Amino acid sequence: MGVAIIVVLLVVGTVLFHIFSPWWFTPISSNWGMIDTTVDITVWVTGFVFVAVNLFMALAIWRYRHKSGSRALYEPENRKLETWLTVVTTIGIVGMLAPGLVVWAKYINVPEDAMEVEVVGQQWQWGYRFPGKDGEFGETALRFTSSTNPFGIDPSDANGRDDILVDSNTLHLPQDRPVKIWLRSKDVLHNFAVPQFRAKMDLVPGMVTHFWITPTRAGRFDVLCQELCGIGHFVMRGSTVVEPEADFNDWLAGQATFAEQHKRSVDVDAGKQSYTVCASCHGQNGQGNRQMNAPKLAGLNSDYIERQLRYYKKGIRGAAEGDTYGQQMAAMVNTLADDQAIRNVTAYIATLPDQPVAHTIEGDVADGKSIYRNCSACHGRQGQGIWSTKAPALAGMNDWYLATQLQNFRSGVRGSHPDDEYGQQMRAMTAYLDGEDGVRDVIAYINTLDAPDR
Amino acid sequence: MGHVAIADQAEEELHEPGSFITRYIWSQDHKVIAIQYGITAIVVGLVALVLSGMMRLQLAFPNAFSFIDPESYYQFVTMHGMIMIVYLLTALLLGGFGNYLIPLMIGARDMVFPFLNMLSYWVYLLSVIVLLASFFVPAGPTGAGWTLYPPQSILEGTPGVEWGIMLMLVSLAIFIVAFTMGGLNYVTTILQARTRGMTLMRMPLSVWGIFIATILGLFAFPALFVSAIMMMLDHLVGTSFFMPALISQGETVSHDGGSPIMFQHLFWFFGHPEVYIVALPAFGIVSDLISTHARKNIFGYRMMVWAILAIGVLSFVVWAHHMYVSGMHPYFGFFFATTTLIIAVPTAIKVYNWVLTLWRGNIRLTVPMLFAIGFIFSFVNGGLTGLYLGNVVVDVPLSDTYFVVGHFHMVMGVSPILVIFGAIYHWFPKITGRMLDERLGKIHFWLTFLGTYAVYLPMHYLGFLGVPRRYYAYGTTEFIPDSAQALNVNITVAALIVAVVQIVFIVNVIWSLVRGERASGNPWDATTLEWQTPETPPRHGNWGDELPTVYRWAYDYSVPGREEDFVPQNEPLSSDELKESENRERGEGQ
Repeated sequence: MGVAIIVVLLVVGTVLFHIFSPWWFTPISSNWGMIDTTVDITVWVTGFVFVAVNLFMALAIWRYRHKSGSRALYEPENRKLETWLTVVTTIGIVGMLAPGLVVWAKYINVPEDAMEVEVVGQQWQWGYRFPGKDGEFGETALRFTSSTNPFGIDPSDANGRDDILVDSNTLHLPQDRPVKIWLRSKDVLHNFAVPQFRAKMDLVPGMVTHFWITPTRAGRFDVLCQELCGIGHFVMRGSTVVEPEADFNDWLAGQATFAEQHKRSVDVDAGKQSYTVCASCHGQNGQGNRQMNAPKLAGLNSDYIERQLRYYKKGIRGAAEGDTYGQQMAAMVNTLADDQAIRNVTAYIATLPDQPVAHTIEGDVADGKSIYRNCSACHGRQGQGIWSTKAPALAGMNDWYLATQLQNFRSGVRGSHPDDEYGQQMRAMTAYLDGEDGVRDVIAYINTLDAPDR
Repeated sequence: MGHVAIADQAEEELHEPGSFITRYIWSQDHKVIAIQYGITAIVVGLVALVLSGMMRLQLAFPNAFSFIDPESYYQFVTMHGMIMIVYLLTALLLGGFGNYLIPLMIGARDMVFPFLNMLSYWVYLLSVIVLLASFFVPAGPTGAGWTLYPPQSILEGTPGVEWGIMLMLVSLAIFIVAFTMGGLNYVTTILQARTRGMTLMRMPLSVWGIFIATILGLFAFPALFVSAIMMMLDHLVGTSFFMPALISQGETVSHDGGSPIMFQHLFWFFGHPEVYIVALPAFGIVSDLISTHARKNIFGYRMMVWAILAIGVLSFVVWAHHMYVSGMHPYFGFFFATTTLIIAVPTAIKVYNWVLTLWRGNIRLTVPMLFAIGFIFSFVNGGLTGLYLGNVVVDVPLSDTYFVVGHFHMVMGVSPILVIFGAIYHWFPKITGRMLDERLGKIHFWLTFLGTYAVYLPMHYLGFLGVPRRYYAYGTTEFIPDSAQALNVNITVAALIVAVVQIVFIVNVIWSLVRGERASGNPWDATTLEWQTPETPPRHGNWGDELPTVYRWAYDYSVPGREEDFVPQNEPLSSDELKESENRERGEGQ
């Protein structure tokens, strides 16, 4: 008796949960409303079967529960009933499958007039490439891929020279225009997914995959990686900004082409000139100065220095409340006029001699070693820093500075700005750390790593 | 001398155990081996249960526990999945129940290769030890996810790349060796050692389910075996089966030309039949539980057998429904969506027939029956959500979200586990000679059944929302509302309750083993042969001097004109029945 009632309550409860659930598909922002319709059909068919079968079971339990003197019916089979049930089930299945296949046919047929963009995935970031004025993507290959050519474009391919490269997690797309999204991975499997688009596809190293959408609603949407890609899987985020075509064109015009990026030259002498301002705090040789709270710069990865200088200049870093030293730095960066000045000074810093630093922090090295396994995926086993993961060197740097920054990431002083893409990853990766002890131990371990050879 | 059927061989040809060691440790008795398999599987399953508790703690209270760092989280995810699917469910259903039930249900004295059977268990134990060893090696077990997709599973940046992944692959290879030894045994025993009168179409559905599942395993596991070996070669020797040219941590690796998608095909060629390797024995066992405790023949026995066979065959042509958004050729989507939805038809028939067996039955709401009812409810739910994921375009928004997690836990986690519990409550009196405590059993059932539903139903809705699976933390997103976090807390609370409730089960088993009510040889008034043994628990050789002879199918419950509401399979036909069957034969002859 009780069982039958509980089964009925579960059915009713499930239906009510379904009806009142605030957790349901996000408002759609692409042309794939057809997918939602297919889901709706499936919900109705399966919902009916769920309710019918379970209520019938509850009824059977209630009516035919054991009573003294009752006896079961002996009925080995009933061909007519079995055939009838098979036919009805088949009809229900066809009713779900047929529309599904029709929509799938549309899903895999890309419209002729679709614009093209390539999504490039790597552990644990996104990058985007547009074909440029000629409408053709340049050839790519892994052997061309390096810190200066992260997209691996063949320098000798004319089609690639005007390719527009977006080395950031944020993609802009025009509203109401079909777009064919090519997908390429430099390392492992990834999956480019935007819940509001409904559509997604894996990125597979060694091959190029694709899917297509027409974004229909302006807004900023999360991009998520939805194929496990290593320890940083959950921080492999990005965003897609869907905007009117005119705004999109403005944005695209502001992005550099492959040729423009390659033409760039640096003037180390000019950089040396600029550096005199920096030297007052960071030292003549970029050795750092604790009294001034200025960290060591020599030996730090150039791409990292360049990015951080741009962040300071744009207010992405050093603008947060409580970031006193960052605010000082932000003010100083204004002495660098533009991106070219930033590149120059970075190039000069790369020439400074990397000298050993004194260690000021001690802790449980064994504990730190186990914590550091979460860090090494990006920063390298030796803390040497890795260009492709956009992670700076840690070994041989000022440990007091690392401690401050770890605490800043944990408290949100650093890494909270929406444009501080890789800082956000650091925030997510450090959140679990046991405040004082964890930070101290992991830095104690980093102190044991040798300064990188270079 | 001509061929002597195994059923006719004399008892002294069996290896009679002499000492404690040969009786309980190096035993060749299928019943002892079954218990060894069962206990090992349950112990390793409890490890996996604890791991899931850790995952749930992190998801409900992100970053509150400093010992659950991203590295350990992914290791917990991986080990939980692999242990539960392979080392618990497969081992318990086939090595445990298969071993115990096959000889007893078909009227054999033992498996046909008892030594191989013993070896199978010890090799399985070795695979478990190798697997668990990965918790103690530097950098711990692999965190590649139970699917172990290369390239990431053997690249820097995935936890356990130093030792864990190798131990996982080696352990799987060893497990497959163990399974093959056991599996060949089960199939041969069922085909060769049935007692007189036990035709295939008189076998209980438990045996049918285990039989077909074992055949599936023998065809499917080799795909996993070769992919494990190939991945080991990629990792150790530098071959490129699955490894294309790529850049890892800023450096170009020495691989080139391999295909990550090929691994996925191999993996799911194993992985999908694996679902049925677990499901078919559960289908078979639950059919027998329902029939026995509803005092009614299983409805549509022949249809049930054909459905098992159809599902078994079809399960080899649906694998790529796990790969709709993997980047494989999109035309495959049409084929695999169609085959996948076709498989729903025989599956639905099984569900109808279980429910129709209850209809006009005389249902005894015993603990095994409660678990069977819980199974039907859970399986209907999990089976129906499979129609979402099987229908290629519906899968697109849902793949790799919590909908998938909810679905496969309902269908191949909760459902088979409920059957396993029901089966333990059902056969415990035969195995030990004592009944399990009914009150504790009911507490165990209700909290487990309701608790698991509270865990997995809401997950589907997180999936609709788009919440991705295998995320250590969600941080800030624009589309996941705070209420989803509240829901996660609720799920975790339910999950922890379910986990703790399993203590009730363990207490019940231990207490009943010592103090439980003594059971008669056939406490449930069941028809199948295992309940007709001369001794309970059955001794080595099972049947005493003479093997039973089978005269009827396994489901003669509530036969009209009989006083008892069950007729054992080894009871000769009465004069009325004889006349009736002669008439039927004459009718067929004309």
